[in-house]
Amino acid sequence: MQIYVCVKHVPDTAANIKVTGDAAFDESVKFVMNPYDEYGVEEAIRIVNKNGGEVVVVTVGKETAVNTIRSALAMGAARGILVKTETQFLDSSLTGLALQRAIREDGAPDLIFTGKQSVDSEGSQTHYRLAQAFDMPVATEVVALELKDDRAVVEREIGGGVKEVIEMQTPCVIGATKGLNEPRYPKLPDILKAKKKEIKLIDMADLGIDLSAGHTEILELESVPERGEAKMLSGSPREIAAQLVTVMKEETVI
Amino acid sequence: MGRTGILLETDNGEIKESNYGMITAARGAGDTEMYGFLIGGEAASCKEAVQKYGICRVVEITSDAGDLATRPEKQTDALIAAMKNYDIRFLVGLSSSRGRDLMARVAAKLDAPLAVDCIDLNLEDQIVTKSHFSGKTLARLKLCGDMLICGVRPNAVEPQEAPCEADAEVFAAQVKDDGRMVVTEAKGSAAGQVELTEANIIITGGRPIGSAENFSLLNECANLLGAAVGASRAAVDAGYAPHSMQVGQTGKTVSPKLYIACGLSGSVQHFAGMKTAKIIVAINTDKHAPIFGKSDYGILGDLFEIVPALTEALKDQTSQ
Repeated sequence: MQIYVCVKHVPDTAANIKVTGDAAFDESVKFVMNPYDEYGVEEAIRIVNKNGGEVVVVTVGKETAVNTIRSALAMGAARGILVKTETQFLDSSLTGLALQRAIREDGAPDLIFTGKQSVDSEGSQTHYRLAQAFDMPVATEVVALELKDDRAVVEREIGGGVKEVIEMQTPCVIGATKGLNEPRYPKLPDILKAKKKEIKLIDMADLGIDLSAGHTEILELESVPERGEAKMLSGSPREIAAQLVTVMKEETVI
Repeated sequence: MGRTGILLETDNGEIKESNYGMITAARGAGDTEMYGFLIGGEAASCKEAVQKYGICRVVEITSDAGDLATRPEKQTDALIAAMKNYDIRFLVGLSSSRGRDLMARVAAKLDAPLAVDCIDLNLEDQIVTKSHFSGKTLARLKLCGDMLICGVRPNAVEPQEAPCEADAEVFAAQVKDDGRMVVTEAKGSAAGQVELTEANIIITGGRPIGSAENFSLLNECANLLGAAVGASRAAVDAGYAPHSMQVGQTGKTVSPKLYIACGLSGSVQHFAGMKTAKIIVAINTDKHAPIFGKSDYGILGDLFEIVPALTEALKDQTSQ
C-alpha cells in the first residue's frame, strides 16, 4: 500500500506563545510534529508493517519543518516531501491544494492520513480541502480504523461518549486523533537511520498554485491574558461548600 | 448585507440550548435576515424555539433520495442546494463535532472560507475572532469570498432574545448518492450524559482522584448540578476515565459558565482547553499548585472532603 501522511511543524503545546506584531509570534520556541499527526504516522506505519508498502510523510511549511519530517522518518516512514513556504500560517485551501499536488506528483495514494487539526491555527479543515481536491471521501476525529478490501471502516467520536461507525471507499482521507493508537517513541538507531532517508524539497511556487487565491487573512493575533491569583475560600469543608453555593447563585448557574 | 443561514442542531427532535448563543452571535447588529436550516428535525415544531432569537424562516431540509442522517456527503449536497435556493451568503453553525464536520464539507465543496471555534462574529465586516494555539492567543481573521462559513464555540456567546414571527417550510433537495460513504452505526449511549462541550457547568477530576470508581464522587455532585464531568490528561492516561472525557489540548475545548477543577495542577495544555470558562474554581491540596495563580476561586483542601460537602450543600438547596 502507498500511504501518505500529512504532518505539520508546530510550536510545542507547552510553549508560551509571545505575540510580536500584528499577526506574528516569537518563533524561537520549540517546534514539534503536530500531536494529532503522530497518530496518523503511527497508524500508517502499522498498516504497512502488516500489509507491506510505503509510508511517505508530506508537509507544507518553512524549511525548519524538515525536523518534523525527520521525526516521522525516525518513527518508521520511508521518505518525506517538504513543500517550502515562507509562512507558518498558510490559508487552508492553499495548503490542501499544495498537499494534493505534491502527493499526486509523487504517486498514487491508497490512503492518506492527517491529524484532525493543527494545534497552532486550529483550522480543522485542511484534510477536507485535500479530500475535495482528490475527490475522495474524508472522515475526521477517527479513533479506530479497519481496512476491508476496497473500504475503510472507521469510528469517530461525536461527543457525549458516542462513536459513529462509517464505512467509506478507499482511497480516502483519515483525520486521526488521540485514541487511534499509541504513537511509538523512536529509538536512537532509528533516529540515526532517519538522517539518511530521502527528503524531497519542492518550492511552493513550482506547484502552480495561485497564492493570492486564499480565503482568510490573519489581521491580528492577541494574547489571552491569564487570570490573576485566585480568591481563596477558607473554612471547614462545609463552610467552603456553602460559599461555593453562593458563588453559583451569584453566577446564576443554579 | 446578505442573508444568513443558521445550521440548527437538535437533540431528540428538540432545538439544543447551545444554538441560542450561536444565533445571537450570527445576528450581530441585526442587519441580516436569518433562515434556520434543520437536517433531521421538524420545522413546524422547532419554529417556536428559534423565532425568539430572530430567525424568520425555519427550513427543514429533506431529500427524495432517502435518509440524509447516515449520508454525510448527501447531507452536504442538500445543504448547499438549500443555501443556493435561499440565496444564503453566510452560513453559521455550532462548532460541535457534527457542525464542524458538516461545515468543513460544505466549505471544501464550495471552496469557501471557513472559521471554526469562533467566539465572536462580525459578518458585516467579514471578521471573526477565534482561538489560536489552543486558546493561548486569539486571532482576528478576515474571511474573503462570496459565501462565508463560521462555526461558533458553544457557550461562547450569551444568548439574547430578539423575537419575531417565523415561517416554517420544507425544502426537498435533489441530491444523488453514490454510496461511497455511509454511517452504519452509532455506538455507546448519550443517555443521561451531559455533553462536555455544551455544558454550563463542568466538574473535572485530575490524577489525585485515584481510580475510575472515584469518579462517582464527581458524578453525584454533577447530577445535582446538571453538570458534565471531565478529566485531566493525567487521569485519562492513568486509565481512570475515557478519552472522550478529556479536557485540554488533546481533548475537548470547553467554555462553561462554571468550571470546577478537582486535583488539577493547572498545566498550560489543560488551560488551553478551558480558559474561556467564565468562572474557574480550583480545589487542590498543594498551596503551590500553579492553578491557584490563574483561577477565580481557590480552595486549599482535599477533593475527597470538599466535593462531598458540596454535594450535601446542594442537596440541602434542592430540599429547601
